[in-house]
Amino acid sequence: MKFPTLIFSLACIAAGLSGCGRPSEPTIRLGLNVELSGEMPSVGASSKNGAQLYVDKINEAGGLEVGGVKYKIELASRDNGAKADQAAAIAQRLISQENVLMMIGPNSSACAIPAAEIAESLQCVMIAPWSTNPKTTQNVTTGKPKEYVFRGCFTDVFQAEALAKFARNDLKISRAAILYDVASEAPNGQANLFKTTFERFGGKVTALETYTTGDRDFSAQLTKIRASEPEVLFLPAYYNDVPLVAQQARRQGITIPFLGSDAWSSPEIIKLGGQDLAGSYFCNHYSTEIGLPEAKAFVEAYTAKFGQAPNDLAALAYDSLGLACESIRSARKLDRKAVRDALSKIPKYEGVTGLFHFDEGNPDPVKSACILQIKDGKFSWVANVNP
Amino acid sequence: MEYFAQQFINAVQLGSIYALIALGYAMVYGVLSMINFAHGDVFMLGAFACLLLTRWVTPPFPVVLVAAMGATAIVGILIERLAYRPLRGAPKASAIITALSCGLVIQNTTLSLSPYPQPMPAILANTTHQVAGVSISSIQIEIIVISIGLMVGLDLLIRRTFFGISMRAISFDHTSVPLMGVPVNRIISLTFAIGAALGGAAGLLYGLAYPVVGATMGMLVGWKAFVAAVVGGIGNIRGAVLGGFILGLVEIMSVAVLPSTYRDLIAYSLLLVILIFKPYGLLGSAPNQKV
Repeated sequence: MKFPTLIFSLACIAAGLSGCGRPSEPTIRLGLNVELSGEMPSVGASSKNGAQLYVDKINEAGGLEVGGVKYKIELASRDNGAKADQAAAIAQRLISQENVLMMIGPNSSACAIPAAEIAESLQCVMIAPWSTNPKTTQNVTTGKPKEYVFRGCFTDVFQAEALAKFARNDLKISRAAILYDVASEAPNGQANLFKTTFERFGGKVTALETYTTGDRDFSAQLTKIRASEPEVLFLPAYYNDVPLVAQQARRQGITIPFLGSDAWSSPEIIKLGGQDLAGSYFCNHYSTEIGLPEAKAFVEAYTAKFGQAPNDLAALAYDSLGLACESIRSARKLDRKAVRDALSKIPKYEGVTGLFHFDEGNPDPVKSACILQIKDGKFSWVANVNP
Repeated sequence: MEYFAQQFINAVQLGSIYALIALGYAMVYGVLSMINFAHGDVFMLGAFACLLLTRWVTPPFPVVLVAAMGATAIVGILIERLAYRPLRGAPKASAIITALSCGLVIQNTTLSLSPYPQPMPAILANTTHQVAGVSISSIQIEIIVISIGLMVGLDLLIRRTFFGISMRAISFDHTSVPLMGVPVNRIISLTFAIGAALGGAAGLLYGLAYPVVGATMGMLVGWKAFVAAVVGGIGNIRGAVLGGFILGLVEIMSVAVLPSTYRDLIAYSLLLVILIFKPYGLLGSAPNQKV
């Protein structure tokens, strides 16, 4: 019986030692749960770049001052592969094993919703920078808002309203068709919200067609859509699906413009979609053309460091890190509950994506949206929609 | 009327791709009584082979097609040699798991080398023709023609050549066939090579029709083609083709007539019903007579 005990003790010591090895200067560890591989790697990459830029800015200035002590920020980035189960596992790992003070991400709603459940049950603050589905910050059983999960962007409810208003008032359109991925949280929510909102504003939805994640042939659905004679096609899909739908639609002789959601924001979409997407509009959190000085400085710094202009994912991640650090600073201690309370009380935060504030008891911020158009191979700003 | 004509064209195109992939499954099962689950990923490699080949130069399409088929044939042979041959006498479950793992290895290696979806270069000009109110693109026509050509070619190979007869003999009785001077291992390797080459061709055509290529593109289509092969009669070449077209038709027509959300429910329920009445598939028959 001595040998197993010896092994057991050695194992315990090893486990204990693995917890040590902390850097000598005081550090705050923040977790970043993002999509670095899988269906949408461009989403995670932009997000990580934006987050890293903010962390580097703080560290280069000497660190974050909390209650009189300066701390370096350590950003622990982990890949959730754009899969819901993996996102939940990463959330668990970051919060329980790596003991992060707060978690930023995941981005896609399909990943953010399960990760939010974990964060809420383990009582660790999570800021979802890009997830627009209302369920991310809602407690599923009670319907009330979650306590520990906050959002860095507007919700689909606001987005649907912005798009429907734009379609009715600016584009003067009364007939719209919708094609979406029924198996994915964000597109599903957005499609249904757009339908109700568009109809509420007096429009008519001529066709509501679906497909499943991973499908690449949309010819049958598009033939049906063409037969219903819409004036615009709403495609709330991620940047990997949209080019295929657009191409097949053009091939079938569908010449109407497309309308998209914030999921279109990756510049990859232009590379993959080309001419077929020219003239299409989509709703976004951010435009590099926003004129605020802080936003301009961010665009310059990002372009200098990463060689390309930032998109909404990078900007939102940057702002989410900013919100996180601000809440830690005003909490004056490294305690998850204190940080949570401080975050909900931030009166006004000026980020690169605009002005944020959180209303009492509401984890969703009040902020504006912008409508962008794909023209001449790039995104150009068309209009702003305010709440 | 032209609505249904359009949907029919859509169905034939989709069906021809499923049929081409299903052929690969049928061939391997026919000879080795083994389901090659790595086939969907070999299909994906066909599209990636095209990306690699067109990276620096733009060869004409037939050259790319042959080269992609050659590359995937080599991959097929490698998989057979390294993964399947050592397990020839092993229990079926082990062979299946090995096949699945091979597929995952291929998929994840490709994913690590190319995490972002890539656009497929347009090596075939794509013009849309309007015929009697129906839109049909030149790529659709080319896919249908090339697929049917390859299927007919394969059928001739099976029925009229020594290789074909050997293949059928091996599936009949693989223990006594070597005694008659048939080089069993070579025939099996050749079977895998051809099956993989067809899968690669399908991948290339698929990539041209749906020009966003990602490492996971083989999974869903691979599984669907496998279902098509089973419904047509696993192990039966003609059955695989029939199964492929039926699946394409059922998927498209169920969207054409009913709300698209029910598509998979209807398509797979129908296939289930077919299997209940014909457990060996439409053209398949009980085990002692295959191909």
